[in-house]
Amino acid sequence: MMIERRWKKWVYFYIPLTVFVIGTLFPFYWMFITAIRPDAELYRSWRAVNNAPFWTFHPTFEHVRDLLEKTTFPYWIWNTFFIAVVSTMVSLFCGLLAGYALARLKFPMAGTLGTSIFVTYLVPPTLLFIPLADIIRSFQLGDTPWALILTYPTFLIPFCTWLLMGYFKTIPKELEECARIDGATRFGAMIRIIFPIAVPGILSAGIFAFTLSWNEFIYALVFLSSPEKKTVPVGVVSELIRGDIYFWGQLMAGALLGSVPVALVYSFFVEYYVTGLTGSVKG
Amino acid sequence: MARPRGAAAAPRPGLLENERLLAGVLLAPTVALLGMFIAYPFVMGVWLALSSTSVGNPGQFVGLKNFVKAWNDSIFRTAFWNTCWYTGWATIFKLILGMWLAILLNRNFRGKRLVRASMLLPFIIPTVLSTFAWRWMFDPTFSVLNWLLYRGGFIVTKLPFLSDGTYGLWCAIAVNTWRGMPFFAISLLAGLQTINPDLHEAASLDGANGWYRFWHVTWPLLKPVTLVVVVFSIIQTFSDFQLIYVLTGGGPANSTHLIATYAYQIGVATGLLGEGAAISLFMLPVLFVVVWLQLRYLRRLEGA
Repeated sequence: MMIERRWKKWVYFYIPLTVFVIGTLFPFYWMFITAIRPDAELYRSWRAVNNAPFWTFHPTFEHVRDLLEKTTFPYWIWNTFFIAVVSTMVSLFCGLLAGYALARLKFPMAGTLGTSIFVTYLVPPTLLFIPLADIIRSFQLGDTPWALILTYPTFLIPFCTWLLMGYFKTIPKELEECARIDGATRFGAMIRIIFPIAVPGILSAGIFAFTLSWNEFIYALVFLSSPEKKTVPVGVVSELIRGDIYFWGQLMAGALLGSVPVALVYSFFVEYYVTGLTGSVKG
Repeated sequence: MARPRGAAAAPRPGLLENERLLAGVLLAPTVALLGMFIAYPFVMGVWLALSSTSVGNPGQFVGLKNFVKAWNDSIFRTAFWNTCWYTGWATIFKLILGMWLAILLNRNFRGKRLVRASMLLPFIIPTVLSTFAWRWMFDPTFSVLNWLLYRGGFIVTKLPFLSDGTYGLWCAIAVNTWRGMPFFAISLLAGLQTINPDLHEAASLDGANGWYRFWHVTWPLLKPVTLVVVVFSIIQTFSDFQLIYVLTGGGPANSTHLIATYAYQIGVATGLLGEGAAISLFMLPVLFVVVWLQLRYLRRLEGA
């Protein structure tokens, strides 16, 4: 009986879970091992007898050094960081105010407006990038970080508003009413009573928005053109491949280093991120 | 004016005490940004699609010509069916694997938090960067997957992962599943955690086995979350761009394009803004149906 149960636990639980873990993490391991492998070992036929692809006996930092010294990679990291932080702040500001208004205030068209903000949440960037490129050009924002700082909020604000609206609805109205009886204005009560209580919600929305902006690709690809102004995803795609030649060591080093900041932010705030993620689908 | 009850609570007179005015002020930045960068480009996209605009040429009204041209274009047709195929299979795989992983993660075991956190990594890491790792793993000459299959004795010659259109699309479906599955798993896990364990206990006391308990206890309670997650995933997969752009670039011989990557090739790389805008607008009917279903479903939930 005991033996049979243990056997079942292995088949139904440990083995599938192990397969999931390996399958999920293997590409990241592969990125890492490629980034520290010397070229001579990288480009060896897949059938070669002495091929040991899963580890290396000659780790090298050559690819990382080349990436940092010979390309504009450090600029890309800074650009991505700056754009992600500023567009997250803009979106949080807008989302806080709009979320409060939609959750707490009575005004005509509140329902319609809430629905249309939700619908814009579902409009994918790939539907709009061609006309947007034209608009960015006519505003003369092309090839500046502002092109992205102004357009990223289009997919971040609806999400922040939606998440924070849900959060505000869980805060009892009485708290605000008490403050107002004590003489606070509506606006004052919002700033001093409601927003501080909503800090966990704000943090969730902010972390989620930051990772989304760090990930964004198509707007950055279309709106930016100078090598030193690009973001990490676009820079890696367009600057690290020369002609038709893929320098895989350098590419994987770039992919790895470009992922580290966002993975760090994520690892510090996993719980908030998960709240944001699950909140985003609660509707 | 929203007057509070009773004189004792008389507020200081101020413009922001008016609820409508305050709402207007609070919503102004959001409405301005979304109007400027979503509503306006949308209208302009429709106008572009109806015109012969290209880079450096303002163009003129040409009616539905761009749409007709796209529909008669065999590459576009391939791209359209690829998009449906890609979305359909990737969503099915993500749902099945995500559900499985969610059920596994719902148990208690040592290192659970760490495993759960690391499972989300594919979803956090920029898609473009992780897709590069996959592209390298699918490399025609140096593929580690071919090496594994060869050493394992499954194949005699290497598989043409990305150099064949059919293989290429399945590779893209696999990578998309790898990337999107954690989102399903974590969302469904959140749903699972709200299910009262007493229900399962009662069912197993009545003699229900694991499979039966899943279909008759877990699934009905999980359906609302699942529906929303599926809708989100369909929208994102249907409008996907970056994965194909990095993995195959639409090739070989334009056989793995999606609507979005083909729109990019025509609208941005070739500079035919009008035709490109028309191609990307072909996504709209499908997205519209999905969003409409979602809204109707949400209404029904609120009404209930």
